[in-house]
Amino acid sequence: MSAALPSPRAGDGPVSEAVQLAGVGKTFRGRTDVTALADIDLAIEAGEFVTFIGPSGCGKSTLLRLIADLIEPTAGTVTVNGKSARQARLDQDYGIAFQQAGLMEWRTVARNVELPLELRGWDRARRRTRARELLELVGLPDFVDSWPIELSGGMQQRVAIARALATGPKLLLMDEPFGALDEMTRERLQAELTRIARESGATVVFVTHSIPEAVYLSDRVVVLSARPGRVTEIVPVPLGDRTDDTREAPEFYAKVTEVREALRGRTGRATVPAAEER
Amino acid sequence: MTGRAARIGIPIAVGVLFLAGWQALVVGNDIKPYLLPKPSAIWEQVVHNREDILTTARVTGTNALVGLLAGAILGILVALVAARFRVVDSMLVPLAAAVNAMPIIALAPIFNTMFSTTSSVPRRLVVALVVFFPLFINALRGLRQVAPIHRELMDSYAAGGWTFARTVRIPGALPFVFTGLRLGAALAVIAAVVAEYFGGLQNGLGTRITSAASNTAYPRAWAYVAAACALGLLFYLVATALERIAMPWHKPR
Repeated sequence: MSAALPSPRAGDGPVSEAVQLAGVGKTFRGRTDVTALADIDLAIEAGEFVTFIGPSGCGKSTLLRLIADLIEPTAGTVTVNGKSARQARLDQDYGIAFQQAGLMEWRTVARNVELPLELRGWDRARRRTRARELLELVGLPDFVDSWPIELSGGMQQRVAIARALATGPKLLLMDEPFGALDEMTRERLQAELTRIARESGATVVFVTHSIPEAVYLSDRVVVLSARPGRVTEIVPVPLGDRTDDTREAPEFYAKVTEVREALRGRTGRATVPAAEER
Repeated sequence: MTGRAARIGIPIAVGVLFLAGWQALVVGNDIKPYLLPKPSAIWEQVVHNREDILTTARVTGTNALVGLLAGAILGILVALVAARFRVVDSMLVPLAAAVNAMPIIALAPIFNTMFSTTSSVPRRLVVALVVFFPLFINALRGLRQVAPIHRELMDSYAAGGWTFARTVRIPGALPFVFTGLRLGAALAVIAAVVAEYFGGLQNGLGTRITSAASNTAYPRAWAYVAAACALGLLFYLVATALERIAMPWHKPR
């Protein structure tokens, strides 16, 4: 089950691992220590779309933050693009998006997208052009000079995704970026994301608690157990390029069922495949 | 358009009604002018003294403006330092709270003796001190209030302390700073007028109010009070306008 799937970009040269987790654990110290993650061993190939799924509090967001070096592991090592997670962060090797858009309300939409470019010292004209391109990509070409508060939640989230893509990172880290959106917007953005990932060849590490979302998006779904989070199963999802029809294909439902059963630890009764979770 | 008309029209209508009611109350109950003069009598005095009102308002307004700018700049700078260095923060905030608890205006006569009574410095100093606190407290609150997501985002960009301050901390604090500035603008005029009650130069609105009152010229005293109100309103409106210009993203509620 957990056999590595061949990397979609395996033909591009030497297969490189975008993310390598070796014996990673995280314990939050406090009045009572909380072990969020334990013994995580995982290799994510370049160009792969991998989703972490698990019950609330299983540490899937923590795992993403460890890769992003926003927090440090208490055990094991995290390697990103062949270097330490710290170095990868300092080199700005990844783009990141969170559950909240987290736009800066004092910057126009375009200047929010430009922020990572500005910090890298791009000149104004180049930043501007790039921001326009990206806003076009996420379907917001008419909102370049709008203020974030003038946008709906879904539109703000697209801006956040454009911002994550701004530097053209080879690694995208996404922590439930569609979690707060309505179902329609969510499905549209999922489709856009798979397209963007395919076209850019970026590696995507995605966190969600929606089973259909995980199955629709991913090459592999990494199922985590409840606290302390451990990898209980890795479900490969070889469904090919995703289209709207993918969501209605029998293989899609089969995978949804497989992930659901993996989440139940394979102890649950056989279940009727359901189209959605939560 | 109707929204704008209502926003401007309603306060004016209320003001006119208020003045009309005041006039009717005084005339109807035959209230003596030393208790409460008629608005029409006050207006006569405003017209009669218009040149002196403008001259004295300019003096008081200048004191208020200089004090406001000095106090605001100082308040913001100290808040920046306090937000940056925890040590300064823990030293300053209790001190600021203690100083703020004392009536700063009471320092006016002391400042008059410290500097000379023929100087505008004591008044401006009082204004600056009064303005300092709302600016300091509000700016500090704004600077401390950083959304966790913005911190994580800037960490992911490996942004340093100054970059973080410039792109997140300071712009994020602006709404708070302007709240402080609006408070400070109104307080500045009050402080500038009241500081004149304690002697010194006889050239401002406050001195005219005290001298008119001591000469039992109540409608004239009220005329200068009205001028002080207008000056305070002007300061407040300018502060509000600046807020709109500085924060185009900030939609007023």
